[in-house]
Amino acid sequence: MSVSSVPMSQWPSDHRYTIPVAGDQDVVSITIDDKVVQVPRGELLIKAAQDHGTYIPRFCWHERMKPVGMCRMCLVEVEGMRGLQISCATPVVDGMVVRTTTDNVKSTQDGILEFLLINHPLDCPVCDRGGECPLQDQTLAFGPGESRYVEEKRHFEKPIPISDLVMLDRERCIQCGRCTRFAAEIAGDALIDFGGRGGTTEVITYPDAPFTSYFSGNTVQICPVGALTASAYRFRARPWDLESVETSCQACAVGCRGALESTSNRLVRLLGVDSEPVNHGWLCDKGRYGYEWVHSDTRMRVPGVRRGTELAVTSWPEALDAAAAALRRVRDEHGAGAIGVIGGARGTNEDAYAWARFAKGVLRTDNVDAQLGDGLPAALVLGMPRATIGDLDRARAIVLLGPDLKEELPVLYLRARRAAEELGVPLIDVAARDHGLSRHATTVIRHSPGVIDDAIDSAIAALEPIAGDGPVVVIIGRPSVAEAPDATVRAASRLAGLPGVRFLSALRRGNVHGALDLGLAPGFLPGRVTLDAGRDHVVAAWGGVPDEPGLDTTGILQAAAAGRIKALVLVGCDLLADFPDRTLARDAIAGAERVVCVGTFPDDAAERADVFLPTTVWGEQAGTTTNLEGRVLRLGRKVTAEGQALEGWRIAAELAARLGSEWDLETVEQVQDEIARVAPAFVGVDASLVRRARDGVVLPVADNLAELTFGPDRPAAGVSWEPIRAGAEGGDDGEGAPVAPPQPGVALHVWAGDAPSPPAAPTDSYALRLVVARTLYGNDRVVTASPSLANLSGGEALLLVNRRDRERIGVEDGTRVRVISPRASLDLPLHTDASTPEGVGFLAVNRAGPGAPELIDIAAHVTDVRVETIS
Amino acid sequence: MAAQETRVITKFLRDRPDDSWEYSVAREHNHAYAALEKALGMEPAALVEEVQKSGLRGRGGAGFGTGQKWSFLPKDIFPRYLAVNADEGEPATFKDHMLIERDPHQIVEGSIITAYAIQAHHAFIYLRGEFALGAERLQAAVEDAYANGFLGKNILGSGFDLELIVHRGAGCYIAGDETGLLSSLEGERAMPRIKPPFPAVQGLYAAPTIVNNVETMSAVTQIVNNSGEWYAGMGVNKSLGTRIFSVSGNVERPGNYEVELGTTFRELIEGLAGGVKGAKLMKFFIPGGASSPWLLPEHLDEPLDMDRATELGTMLGSGAIMVFDETVDPVLVAWRIAKFFAHESCGKCTPCREGSGWLEKVLYRMANGLGRTEDLDLLLGFGNNLAPGLSWPPGQTTICQLGPSTMSPTVSLNKYWGDEIRARLASDAARRKTLEVASA
Amino acid sequence: MAFTDAERRRAEQLVARYPHSKSAVLPLLHMAQDRDGYVTGEAMEDIAELLGLTPALVLGTCSFYTMFKRAPIGNLVVSVCTNVSCLVNGGPALVDSLRARYADDDDVHVEEVECVAACDLAPVMQVNYEFHGPVTSEAAADVIEQYKSGALTARTISGSPVDAGSKAP
Ligand SMILES: Cc1cc2nc3c(=O)[nH]c(=O)nc-3n(C[C@H](O)[C@H](O)[C@H](O)COP(=O)(O)O)c2cc1C
Ligand code: SF4
Ligand code: FES
Repeated sequence: MSVSSVPMSQWPSDHRYTIPVAGDQDVVSITIDDKVVQVPRGELLIKAAQDHGTYIPRFCWHERMKPVGMCRMCLVEVEGMRGLQISCATPVVDGMVVRTTTDNVKSTQDGILEFLLINHPLDCPVCDRGGECPLQDQTLAFGPGESRYVEEKRHFEKPIPISDLVMLDRERCIQCGRCTRFAAEIAGDALIDFGGRGGTTEVITYPDAPFTSYFSGNTVQICPVGALTASAYRFRARPWDLESVETSCQACAVGCRGALESTSNRLVRLLGVDSEPVNHGWLCDKGRYGYEWVHSDTRMRVPGVRRGTELAVTSWPEALDAAAAALRRVRDEHGAGAIGVIGGARGTNEDAYAWARFAKGVLRTDNVDAQLGDGLPAALVLGMPRATIGDLDRARAIVLLGPDLKEELPVLYLRARRAAEELGVPLIDVAARDHGLSRHATTVIRHSPGVIDDAIDSAIAALEPIAGDGPVVVIIGRPSVAEAPDATVRAASRLAGLPGVRFLSALRRGNVHGALDLGLAPGFLPGRVTLDAGRDHVVAAWGGVPDEPGLDTTGILQAAAAGRIKALVLVGCDLLADFPDRTLARDAIAGAERVVCVGTFPDDAAERADVFLPTTVWGEQAGTTTNLEGRVLRLGRKVTAEGQALEGWRIAAELAARLGSEWDLETVEQVQDEIARVAPAFVGVDASLVRRARDGVVLPVADNLAELTFGPDRPAAGVSWEPIRAGAEGGDDGEGAPVAPPQPGVALHVWAGDAPSPPAAPTDSYALRLVVARTLYGNDRVVTASPSLANLSGGEALLLVNRRDRERIGVEDGTRVRVISPRASLDLPLHTDASTPEGVGFLAVNRAGPGAPELIDIAAHVTDVRVETIS
Repeated sequence: MAAQETRVITKFLRDRPDDSWEYSVAREHNHAYAALEKALGMEPAALVEEVQKSGLRGRGGAGFGTGQKWSFLPKDIFPRYLAVNADEGEPATFKDHMLIERDPHQIVEGSIITAYAIQAHHAFIYLRGEFALGAERLQAAVEDAYANGFLGKNILGSGFDLELIVHRGAGCYIAGDETGLLSSLEGERAMPRIKPPFPAVQGLYAAPTIVNNVETMSAVTQIVNNSGEWYAGMGVNKSLGTRIFSVSGNVERPGNYEVELGTTFRELIEGLAGGVKGAKLMKFFIPGGASSPWLLPEHLDEPLDMDRATELGTMLGSGAIMVFDETVDPVLVAWRIAKFFAHESCGKCTPCREGSGWLEKVLYRMANGLGRTEDLDLLLGFGNNLAPGLSWPPGQTTICQLGPSTMSPTVSLNKYWGDEIRARLASDAARRKTLEVASA
Repeated sequence: MAFTDAERRRAEQLVARYPHSKSAVLPLLHMAQDRDGYVTGEAMEDIAELLGLTPALVLGTCSFYTMFKRAPIGNLVVSVCTNVSCLVNGGPALVDSLRARYADDDDVHVEEVECVAACDLAPVMQVNYEFHGPVTSEAAADVIEQYKSGALTARTISGSPVDAGSKAP
């Protein structure tokens, strides 16, 4: 072992103490309070005890972090060892005899609590943690009564904001180091640390460097006292008033498990639930606080129909009739091909299925696409050999071939970072510019946007010497919407040839994978089958499907702009915000004769809509969603929608009925059962399995039985400081795995690995080639309509360039410059950015006002711009 | 009481007090680096054996067998590191300070020998930040050693390479604890770490690491110069060789005295240090640094023997002996020591972080006439969760020894003057009552 | 004040001596304090940037050690020990008189410190980490005045020789 080969994260200064890898098969038997139990060798005593029903009190230990042994609450007696041992840092050995409740242990724990309380303000009545506070609970459970402490307590200024989202009360802090360790160890951005020492130790941020971590909310959740509180939740509710349901976050496609809590029909909190295969209990702040938009006043809550220039409030029957009539007329006059259905990637799987059936089975158009010109070809996503998130831990190597995970799929970033930092998985970073994971990469490969072949040669060369039997996980997505997906697809097709390569999709939109799986893509039917392969099977259920593969979103918009497509059905998408080429989006909306909007917010399309049909959203409707690994996850319903919004699938069914197709689907479970019958990849995944599978179901279930787990863990909602367990909702109808479910009756689509057009020419030396991608916080609804997040939304777009390019252009940092693409010319502030190499310019796409979408021509292979000074 | 020093590691600096530290002088008159030349001719294993033979026990405080510690290194795991503990922070200990300023070459030489013995190619001397002159001289000594081929690549043609870095601390006692030292050396807050893993297994940068004290290193030099057997020929029982004791407080001739172990406290304090200053009597003395429980004049004829000290319920610790005359208020001394620990607790472990402060506040009141009758028992009450058993060596509810050490003075107060102090607290309380009544 | 190129080079040399760059935090903080008289925010940011750490981590480490001052304290730091051996030899009186005497002297920062390992010199004080003892209040003040007048050359605030900052580790 050579020094440099020991990553800092593995130094054994205690907070880096190596925890035995889970899944270590060889077990030892130990005795805990006279009960003999079998536990994995090397497991930490406190965990072993907990897994066998003995709860040893603790404050500093958290099972997803390394032990630090600070609070000293977990002391127990171990036969043959002098004095008491901290169970959080004592690995079990065979034959160990442990006692956790002797008088000695009890009185020592009382002593520790007394020490913790002498400087604690005991302001429980005004503390958010009151009622779910481990310090409070354990004081009741283990603690002494009257305090013997008569001296002056430690004093600090009462809660100080350490970021827009987090408040710190240093008087309540018990110095357990959970937050500081999370920041350093898990999130990798140590913006908080301990300052001072001894009795005056306090959690600090650096002056003028607030705790702006994307993951700050996790520290609030794991703080064992009320020292860290969330501005979003402060004083909103008391734990005993909270109702809770387990759900999955849809702010991005990771699908983190969470416990969604409400009081008097208002959502007040989302807590991370610890699901081993998905999120380890962590959430990003966007997901954690994004629930607020559900209650936004700017939402459309009643149906509307166009009367002259404006959208008039109306009743459901009238709105549905109007929508149906409009679509029928277009179909009768111009054929089904004159209708395009766009969107559906933000709803539930049940919605997606219903819209697919409505579009393809009822309207019979295949001009259907859930992606908005910012994704990858459905043929690739639906047919590539898939990896799971968990595969990252076991991977031989990870190849990054997509967006900045930290910005687009934050909790996947945490998992990949852990794999690289903690588990030592080699990370090969292929990108046009540096991003969140670059500093953890073992190989960094840079290429000009859209020109990737040489980079792939290097990646393959880097993979070559890496031995091991784990899979090579290629994380694949859209690194930039300013370039066509071709380069990425080319790269994929070359890597696919290598042994053990599996792909993990990095498409971002909440339920885009569910939408594609359920047929919201041209040329596909529900269940990952092509139009042709699935035709007979699906026709049997639906009575009919389109004859020919249709257009994707770009094609639909081009056709609409050209007047060939007459009617657009927009399902939960805001084309002008989401589509990379705003000019085309505008022309298309203008070109369509009829626009039916099924959505949540008024937007430019809705302005123009003939009919607006309001849908319920996340938190208001039960069902399932599918994350980026193809895992079908439960969505919980916690509040009833204000106003008249309906579930998407009901709206689709109503429209279908008005077009002469009765579905008789009454409940979401019925929809789930129909999906299991009709969609080949979903075979076996019926309502009952969905309800019972603790961590969801990876499709197709027949190939992923190993991933299936059932109870007994239940979500311990409300207990927010300890990892909350993922739990199966039901379990009423039978326990354990089902007998291996039937194979799909129809052959699922397999990606042919075909590589498209040759790459773009290199940029000329004066132009900058744009990389356009999202940042976590932008002008997306989740952010702008959530008060806590709104002021993080980032303002106008900035052009980020390398220092040398800035000097070449000859302007100071922050100067406005003219950015000229073949499409448009814009004035934007220019800033130097170390992570952007020469010849590249970076623009965030989700920004207010004119920006990247004006510059981008979706038909162009790449987007080159010239930058001029403004005189 | 024939009192005399046995100068082994202090011989040279005593003979030529002025400029003995400089390389040319040390080389010429003290055969500096002769031991190194000898050592490089031996097998590393043979060196470890030689040091084990000498019976040398660590001079930093814990008194662990030096050769034995070296032998704990896991086989075939490299790199390994040597960290020399020159953080001397235990109150009233000032021997390392002297060795560093007056004979740095002896330390550097011992460190090189030790690094060779344990096959480390990187060694660090973690030097207490406040030793400014010491830093200058150690650094100069190290540079001389490089210049003369005792450090760097292929030392004296032996093929052995070693880099030696003098690393300055910045003011904190806890960096003296071996794992605190390693955290500090890694650029972090000097927080001690949970053990296991022990430094010898996973220390600096996760590699096997030996931490040894400055005086220990100096002794190694002389052991190699002479022999393990020769060294073991001095001392008593399991306390072999000589040791430097720092004597201070109310004595005529405070200073460092190197004596054979087994010498009595009386010989050291009254003989060498000239006894209590002025025409006063001794009230009590602290035998092994602020962490150690106290002793009374009646113990003066006990030998300086580490294991005997344990039997007496205390320790020789860092070899710092503090003498207090009859006019000194033991409660005041206890408070000042408590203040020290409260200031130096790293704050990691709940009992130490909170308990040390609580202790200090209560002792302050007690020492200043603001005591309450129950205060002493209160201290012993919560103190039992800090130093379980309230005896020495104490049980531990904390990561490092600092925690339990905070209770040593209080336990001693209770042991020797318990009733006296309770009575005093009662009368203080009573007096305040009457004052209140009067003022009411 | 941010690193000059020369200082940056010296800093990089310091870093290069360690198997892991993070070990250079303390030496770099000393270096910065020698230069500026205290550890400035800019210095901590420079060090963080140089070592690839967050400024919060550098501050966390810096604030743990008593020798590092994070605000200007003048040119002379006078450390007076009041731990037990000095306690019974007049340490507390010494610190009180010096505190009183230099109360409004921005150039002299008098602080009470723990045992500085020179108990044979009790009561002992350090002036920029140069030992002086045993000293009476008068003798102590006299020494301090000599430093102020330049009759004695003081070390830097971090205790390095003024001339060869580079010589000190
Ligand atoms: C709180 C605390 C402070 C210590 N301070 C010192 C010190 O200043 N110098 C020292 O050499 N050892 C000190 N030690 C002992 C070291 O932890 C370690 O045992 C010693 O340096 C090992 O070297 P040795 O075996 O040569 O004695 C301290 C221990 C503790 C618990
Ligand atoms: S016992 Fe005290 S000094 Fe030692 S590690 Fe614990 S808190 Fe720090
Ligand atoms: S949980 Fe074990 S010390 Fe805190």
